[in-house]
Amino acid sequence: MAQAAIELIGINKSFGAVRANRDINLEIARGTIHGIVGENGAGKSTLMSILYGFYQADSGEIRVGGQPASIKTPNDAIALGIGMVHQHFMLVDNFTVLENIILGAESDALLKRSITKARSELERLEREYGLEVDPDAIIEELPVGLQQRVEILKALYRGAEILILDEPTGVLTPAEADHLFRILKQLKEQGKTVVLITHKLREIMAITDTVSVMRQGTMVATRETKKTTVEELAELMVGRRVLLRVEKGEAEAGAVKLAVKNLTVKDSRGVTMVDDISFDLRAGEIVGIAGVAGNGQSELLEAISGIRHAVSGSVMLDGKPIDLTGKADPGELRDRGLAHVPEDRHHVGLVLAFEENENSILGYHDDPRYLKGPFLNVDAIMADAKDKIEKYDIRPSNPRLKTANFSGGNQQKIVLAREMEQDPGVLIVGQPTRGVDVGAIEFIHKRLIAMRDQGKAVLVVSVELDEIRSLSDRILVMFAGRIVGERGPEATEGELGLLMAGVEQEAAA
Amino acid sequence: MSTPYAKLPAWADYGLIPLINLSVAFIVAGFVVLLVGENPFRAAVILVEGAFGKGTGIAFTLFYATTFIFTGLSVAVAAHCGLFNIGTEGQAYISGLGIAIVCLSFDSTLPWWLTFPLAIVASAVVGALWALIPAYLQAKRGSHIVITTIMFNFIAASIMVYLLVGPLKPAGSQAPQTRNFFAGAELPKLNWIIELFGAKIRSAPLNVTFLLALLMAFLVWLLIWRTKLGYEMRTYGHSPKAARYAGISETRIIITAMMISGALAGMMALNPVMGDQHNVAIDFVSGAGFVGIAVALMGRLHPVGIVLAAVLFGMLYQGGAELAFEMPAISRDMIVIIQGLVILFAGALEHMFRPYIQALFASFSPRSVGMEAVKGKGA
Repeated sequence: MAQAAIELIGINKSFGAVRANRDINLEIARGTIHGIVGENGAGKSTLMSILYGFYQADSGEIRVGGQPASIKTPNDAIALGIGMVHQHFMLVDNFTVLENIILGAESDALLKRSITKARSELERLEREYGLEVDPDAIIEELPVGLQQRVEILKALYRGAEILILDEPTGVLTPAEADHLFRILKQLKEQGKTVVLITHKLREIMAITDTVSVMRQGTMVATRETKKTTVEELAELMVGRRVLLRVEKGEAEAGAVKLAVKNLTVKDSRGVTMVDDISFDLRAGEIVGIAGVAGNGQSELLEAISGIRHAVSGSVMLDGKPIDLTGKADPGELRDRGLAHVPEDRHHVGLVLAFEENENSILGYHDDPRYLKGPFLNVDAIMADAKDKIEKYDIRPSNPRLKTANFSGGNQQKIVLAREMEQDPGVLIVGQPTRGVDVGAIEFIHKRLIAMRDQGKAVLVVSVELDEIRSLSDRILVMFAGRIVGERGPEATEGELGLLMAGVEQEAAA
Repeated sequence: MSTPYAKLPAWADYGLIPLINLSVAFIVAGFVVLLVGENPFRAAVILVEGAFGKGTGIAFTLFYATTFIFTGLSVAVAAHCGLFNIGTEGQAYISGLGIAIVCLSFDSTLPWWLTFPLAIVASAVVGALWALIPAYLQAKRGSHIVITTIMFNFIAASIMVYLLVGPLKPAGSQAPQTRNFFAGAELPKLNWIIELFGAKIRSAPLNVTFLLALLMAFLVWLLIWRTKLGYEMRTYGHSPKAARYAGISETRIIITAMMISGALAGMMALNPVMGDQHNVAIDFVSGAGFVGIAVALMGRLHPVGIVLAAVLFGMLYQGGAELAFEMPAISRDMIVIIQGLVILFAGALEHMFRPYIQALFASFSPRSVGMEAVKGKGA
C-alpha cells in the first residue's frame, strides 16, 4: 500500500473555454481498488483519457510507479502497464476470444505462432485470476459479462499492472456485476491496481478501498470508502443534498387501464421470451417489473406498445383490445392514450442526429398541433420544445442543438417530456434512469410519482432494484419470461433477489 | 460517459471541407497533367476560362449543371431516407420513353408551354414507376436496393436500346434515335439571360429546364426540412427503429422516398432531350446519374450544396472539353481522370481531412465546435 501506482499532479485540460479538468491532483496506491465518481460531464472520462493517452494534458505531470511518464498515445500507456476496459467494448464480434486477445499484439507474419503463444499465456492468466473463458468461442456468441472478461484479459495479456474500467457494470446483470467484482478483488490480491469509473454509488461502497469525487472538472474530495456514506458521496457529486429515495404517499388505485392476459411473445429467433403473462395496471398506481436483464421485460414492453407482435394472449387498453399481430400502429396507440418511454433511447426513443425540437415531436408528428397541412408548423414545434425544456429543466436550453450533444440524463428528459406532456392515460417506461446521473434520477422519479398522483397508470420496467423498490406500489418479478411473484413496496432486496434468480419459482407458482 | 465530441461550425462543414477536398483533387490532377508533359497552371486556366470565360462557356456549364442538379437531388432524397439509389442513371434513361411519347404525340399540335408540363409529368411518372419496383422489393422482400437499382440500370438500358433501334426509330433511318421533334417540343433557350450581362453567345443549349431544376432544389429543401413526410423520411433514414417506434410505416416511407427520387431522376431527361437534342437518342444520359451520386455527396445532401456542386461538375464537363481541344496531350480520357479525382476526394474520401480540421478547430476556437454544449452542463 505504500507506493503510489499513479500520481497525477496539477492536471489541467481545457477544450477551449471549457475546462474539463482543473488542477487535478490524485494519488492511487498500488494494489488498491480506487473509485472515481461524478456526474456525467464531470470530467472523469477526460481524466482517464489523459492517463490512457487519448488526450494530452495542457499542464501537469503524470507519474507511474514514482517515475515521471510521458503518455502520448495508448501504446505509451500500455508500455507503462496501464490497461483500459472501455464502456463500449473494443472487440471484433466475429473473431474468437483468442484472435481478439492477440489483435494488435501479433508477433509474427503468420498467425499460428502468435496464437499458440497466446493460448498458453491465456491459460496461465485464466488460472491465476479465475477468468475462465473458452479461448475458441466467437465473441458475438458470448454473453456481455464474458465479453467484458475478454476485455480484461486483453489488458492483462498486454502486461497491465494498472487497470482502468469505465462504467463497467452499465451493461451487466446484477449477477454478472457481482462476478466482475470478485474478479477485481482477485486482481487486487495479486497486486494489480484497479481504477473504477462509475456513477453508481453502491458499487463504490461495495468494492473500492478509496474513492475520489469529481464535480465540474475539479476533484472535490477523496475519501476512504470505509469512512464515508452513500449520502455524503451523492452530496459531494451533485453539490447539494440529494434524495436517494423519493417521498411518496399511498397509492389510490382506480379502474383497470391496461389488462394483460396470457400474453406470449417470441423473439426473432423463435425463442419464447414472454411466457403466458397476465397482470392488470390500474389508474393511480405504479407497477414495477423487476428482473435481471434479458428475462423478457424488453419484449413485454415492445408487445404492449405495438412494436413487436405477440404469439397469443390479449392486451386491453381502457377495455378495448390492442392489435397484437405486429401490424399495430404505435401511432394509433398514442392516440388512444398509451405513451411509451423505450429502454433504448439512443436508437428507439430518439434520433440522435436530430435537433432537440425535432425529437420533441417524434411519434406525435401526426398531431395537427404541429402541422400546417403537409408542412411542419415550425413555430409551434419550437414554442412547444421551449416550453418542455423549461418545464423539465433540460440543459442546455437550446432546442436547436443536436440531440447527441445532450448528456444522457437530459436526453432521457427529452423523451420523458415528450411522452408525459401528451397527458397519456397509461405510461410505460423502460429503464427510466439507465445511464442517467444522480441529480436527474431524483427529478425523473419525482415526475413519475407526480404522474401517478394525477391518476395515471404507470408501468416501470427496470433492472435497478433500488429504483423499482423506491417507485413501485406493486412489484412484479419476471424470470425466464414469467411473472414469478408479486410483492408490495416493503419487500426486501433479498426477497426480490431470490425471486429474480428464479429460486422461489416453485413457491410462487 | 461522453467523450468530447467536436462539431464544426456550418461554414466549415459546408464550405471549408469541400474546398479543401477540391483543392487536393486539383493538386493531384495537376500532377497528372505534369506527367503527360503539360503545364498544369496553364491547363487550369484553360479549364476555368473554358467554363466561365465566355458567355457560351457559361451557358454550357449551366446546361450540364442542370442535368446534375436533378440527379444530385434524386440521390439526396433517397439518401435522406437511408436509401442508396444507385439507379438514377436508369430511371433517367427510361424516362426518355415517357418524354418521347408526349413529344412525338403533341409536338405538331401543342405549343411548347403545353407540351413541357405534360412532358414533366410523363418523365416524373416513368422515373417514379421505374424506382417503385426496387423500392417495393426492398420494403416487402428485403432485396437490397443497391443491387436491384444497379440491375434496373441494365434493364432500362436494354429496353431503351430495343425501343430506339426498333419501334421508336423512324422507318428508313440509320440512327438509333427517334425522329427530331417539331417546334412544339423544343424548349426556349435561356441564353438571353447571360447576354443581359453583356456576354456574347453563339449557340448553347441552356434552356428553361434550368429554372425547373432550381425550383426542384427549393421544393426538395421544403420537402426534407419542412414537411411531415420529409421528417418521417429523415427519421427512418437515421434510425429505422425510431421510425417503427414513432409509428412510421417502413413500407410506405421507402416506397414514397424512392418514387420521389425516381421522379427527380426522370426529370433530368427533359434537359438533354427537349432542351438540346430534340430527340431521344441512345445513351443520352451518359453517366449523369452516377455523377449525381458525387454531386449529392459533395453537396452534403443539401439542395444549396447540390446546386453548387452541380455547377462545379458542369464546369468540369465544359472546361474539360475545352481543355481537350486546346491541349492535344490531354485527351478526353484525361478529363475523365480529373473528374474521377474530384469524385474520389469530394465523395469517397469526403471525411479524410475532417478529423484534422476538427482538431484544429477544437484547439483554436472551442466555442465554435460546440464543446460548450457538451461539457460541464450535466443534468
